Amino acid sequence: MISTAVIFSALELGFVYALVALALFLSYRVLNIADMTTDGAFTLGCAVSATVALAGHPLLAFPAAMAAGVCAGFVTAFFQTRLKIPSILAGIITNTGLYTVNLAIMSFSSNVNLMGKDTLFTLVQPHLGAVYKLLPAMGITLAAGAALVLFLMTRLGLSVRATGDNPDMVRASSINTAFTITVGLCLSNALTALSGAVLAQYQKTADINLGTGMVIIGLASLIIGETLLPRGKLWVKALGAVLGSILYRFIIALALRMDLPSECLKLISATIVALAIGLPAIQDALKPATKGGKAKC
Amino acid sequence: MLTLRNLSKTFNPGTVNEKAALTGIDLHLDKGDFLTILGSNGAGKSTLFGAIAGSFVVDSGSIHLDGRNITNLPDYKRSKYIGRLFQDPLKGTAPNMTIEENLALAYLRASQAHSPFSMITKADRRDFRERLAMLELGLEDRMDHPVGLLSGGQRQALTLLMATLVTPKLLLLDEHTAALDPATGEKVLALTERIVAQNRITCLMITHNIPSALRLGNRTLMMKDGRIVLELAGKQRAGMTPEQLLQAFREQGISNDRIEFSAQ
Repeated sequence: MISTAVIFSALELGFVYALVALALFLSYRVLNIADMTTDGAFTLGCAVSATVALAGHPLLAFPAAMAAGVCAGFVTAFFQTRLKIPSILAGIITNTGLYTVNLAIMSFSSNVNLMGKDTLFTLVQPHLGAVYKLLPAMGITLAAGAALVLFLMTRLGLSVRATGDNPDMVRASSINTAFTITVGLCLSNALTALSGAVLAQYQKTADINLGTGMVIIGLASLIIGETLLPRGKLWVKALGAVLGSILYRFIIALALRMDLPSECLKLISATIVALAIGLPAIQDALKPATKGGKAKC
Repeated sequence: MLTLRNLSKTFNPGTVNEKAALTGIDLHLDKGDFLTILGSNGAGKSTLFGAIAGSFVVDSGSIHLDGRNITNLPDYKRSKYIGRLFQDPLKGTAPNMTIEENLALAYLRASQAHSPFSMITKADRRDFRERLAMLELGLEDRMDHPVGLLSGGQRQALTLLMATLVTPKLLLLDEHTAALDPATGEKVLALTERIVAQNRITCLMITHNIPSALRLGNRTLMMKDGRIVLELAGKQRAGMTPEQLLQAFREQGISNDRIEFSAQ
């Protein structure tokens, strides 16, 4: 029914996309901002990674993609904190602009092919054998996750967390929220772009549409992870995001196995996210009915 | 230490909602002064704190703290030196962060020496434990609990500890015990007194409670319509009974139920 190859590819993709779940953990959960830059930043990472791998060196592609992600996050943060554009709109504006930027990076072609070229994975293949895709993907994600958790424990990280947790408190303390929001969005988009960068080399191609719907996929993974590990310290929550991403990929693999057309997947993801985020409101709405009508005032 | 010169602020100027919240406030505090502020609602007490803390820019006048002109300094830069507590105990702490993380945040941001990437050390943690133990609320054994699980009184006590963890040049207390039940309020007030005295913190406290306005600190102000209408210090203050102060309030026509009740 499910072959080892399917399990391996679900694990590999799960780790690669887990970087997006970690990015959303930072922007959506920690900073309390729904960052719509995510889709564009993911494609940006793909485009930069493929282009740099072709023209330069595949390993150089990762820092380059992350730097590009930082820039994308900075633009969104600038719109939000300096130009006072509402956070969701700020992300959508950046995302729209990134479409052209991403095309430009790929020399105005809608895809870049890496077939027959060196990638991170082909470089390590002779040394790692069968796990040449799994180990690097896992290593990058776990290292990025650990770095994120450590960062959130530093003075700057604590300030970023407080910014999302209690704006009232932050206004009365010596934290410049414009700065902490900028730092948070730069880091989260660097993680998203890194995810795109790894994926482009993993599947040896970058495509202008790879990032479409990525924010919803990332949120679905994050929420699945929170269901798996509902409470705990920071590193438990970060681990939850990674596990959620892996589980999400297994759900997708199963769905594909059941001959569900792949076009349906986005609708399923959207439904999962809508239900999961709306669950508290749904529970509230159902409560009075089950309790048989409490006093209304 | 703190000098306010001719401070004025009008909200919504030129509209029907125009409100002169502060009018020509002159005030000087020496180091270690503990000043209590009384006044009816809308007298400008909280606006005065907002002006000192930098929540808004004043229309005219100047604010000097420790010899430095901070009139135009943004609020987040002032709060390195100014600790502030609000009436709402939920305003001063981050609910989803643990007690330890809240303390670490206060400690690392207020002390100058730390780089943005510094973390709390074992020694810091021991220090936090000792300080928490001094609150006598048992919080030292719950350092890894989220602050959101604490009661209002516990959160306010923690906020007080955070504001004074690194001794501030100035502490602003805006009715910080008013939202607590009377017993807890008394406890937090006693704690305030102790911490302020131990560290000789210069402090301003807004209250509606006449006995505590007289009992705490060394000076008392009464505000009305954005002005200081009465100032008590020294012998005059020492000889004042709550009843006499209440009488002064009534003469100003600014008494209200909360003030009346507190004096009984």
